[in-house]
Amino acid sequence: MKQLEQDVRPTVWAEPTQQNPFGFLSEIISFVSKTLVIAELEIRKLRHDPTELLTRAVQPALWLLIFGEVFTRIRAIPTGSVSYIEFMTPGILAQSVLFVSIFYGIAIIWERDLGIVHKFLATPTPRAALVLGKALSAGVRSLAQAIIIYVLAVLLAVRMNWNPLALLGVIVIAVLGAACFATFSLIIACLVKTRERFMGIGQVMTMPLFFASNAIYPISIMPRWLQIVSRVNPLTYEVDALRGLMLANGQMTYGFSVDLLVLIVATTILVIIGSILYPRVAV
Amino acid sequence: MASPILETHALTRRYGSLTAVDSFTLSVAEGEIFGLLGPNGAGKTTTLKMLTTLLPPTSGEAKIAGRDIVHQAREVRRLIGYVPQMLSADGTLSGYENLDIFGKLYDIPRAERGKRVSDALEFMGLADSANKLVRDYSGGMIRRLEVAQSFLHHPRVLFLDEPTTGLDPTARRVVWEHVQRLRQDFGTTIILTTHLMEEADHLCHRLAIMHLGKVAAIGTPAELKASIGGNGVTLDDVFIHYAGDTLESGGTYRETVRTRRTAHRVG
Repeated sequence: MKQLEQDVRPTVWAEPTQQNPFGFLSEIISFVSKTLVIAELEIRKLRHDPTELLTRAVQPALWLLIFGEVFTRIRAIPTGSVSYIEFMTPGILAQSVLFVSIFYGIAIIWERDLGIVHKFLATPTPRAALVLGKALSAGVRSLAQAIIIYVLAVLLAVRMNWNPLALLGVIVIAVLGAACFATFSLIIACLVKTRERFMGIGQVMTMPLFFASNAIYPISIMPRWLQIVSRVNPLTYEVDALRGLMLANGQMTYGFSVDLLVLIVATTILVIIGSILYPRVAV
Repeated sequence: MASPILETHALTRRYGSLTAVDSFTLSVAEGEIFGLLGPNGAGKTTTLKMLTTLLPPTSGEAKIAGRDIVHQAREVRRLIGYVPQMLSADGTLSGYENLDIFGKLYDIPRAERGKRVSDALEFMGLADSANKLVRDYSGGMIRRLEVAQSFLHHPRVLFLDEPTTGLDPTARRVVWEHVQRLRQDFGTTIILTTHLMEEADHLCHRLAIMHLGKVAAIGTPAELKASIGGNGVTLDDVFIHYAGDTLESGGTYRETVRTRRTAHRVG
């Protein structure tokens, strides 16, 4: 029989609570820093394998080059002061951000099958920081999409707005849009839990989100019921803001502050729901 | 004896009509290596998930270093380390990055973090592979990295869920040596699940044999052997005596798929 001898005491034990001189404030600082650690983790992964970013550039390129070029010639869609290709460029940025983010949940299911999720959930990291950190990293991925769309737009002679403040606005909106749909995707993943079901549902979600929005045609030409659907779709507000910010003579229907507010509120609600559902993934 | 580091009282978890863990009562002293044995589906992993705060118990209670696993979950999480049965290191990051990220999540101050990470890599014999991507590691190296990851913050209790499943005998021995050294050097209490009798005999001070969610027997390996009649008895005999009648069932299709897939990835 093995003896249970008392060996050397360790020098530093883990402490059950952190020293907490500022209470609530330090909670917030801790939340923000944990969120950034999770985002950093995802960005480090991306740095080890950046090919993913390039393969994801193919789809928006095809939309702009084929769909965009053809529909510009048809002139069937009323786009106001801008040409159709200009009208759709911000829509395609929003679309490619949506397509990248909406399948984000597949990574959650992958990590669940591996056991990575369990390990993170057993750390003292706040649940909301785990969810928001992942959402932010989706935002960083979306910036790569934005750069690609800008390059394509210049090649297609789209007149862009190069005002630094407008560019900053595009970054904010793209990151928020990605975070919003990535969190939505995470929620779906937490509910369905298997890869096969998720792929099916992901496909089904993408179509209405994309087509029931102002991404490639104005809401005004839609039937009444579809207009209502489009108005509750966060993608509409993302596209609206991007259209105003990206184009040299772009206009917003709802205004930047409304667009921004809708995206922030939607993302916050989704992150709250996500952080309730995420721990159940490990069960 | 000092107050136990881990204490459970009638810990129970039900899934619908199935009782996965049934009134599990246990007390583990600080510095013990304690093994949970049992066939697949006996409730070992469910027990571990409850103790690591991943799964709320249906009834009963458990305390780690005096903190309740439900009401003081975040404090408990600071005190424990957990290596899941499945592969939990991130293959797309280097070994160093895997550890560094966890150092940050456990609030190890920047000044100390670098040293802790390099010490941990050294301790686990991974210093030479620190900057290699984990997907190029061998199964044994991944397991040691995972143990290092869960130990970075010097937890009082370390939970290992089938730490050597899918490893070859050599890699298995290396993992055992490291687990024993963790206990010797840091006095860490270690709770592990296994269905390898050799592992239980070699590593654990005390064992609980679980059967259909209940503790069928508990004691030191020697006590358990003595309990079924002394001479020439092996732990295999003990296991079959207490949990034998479910041996043929061997878990569901889904569990088998998962176990084999994990074994494949780790090995």
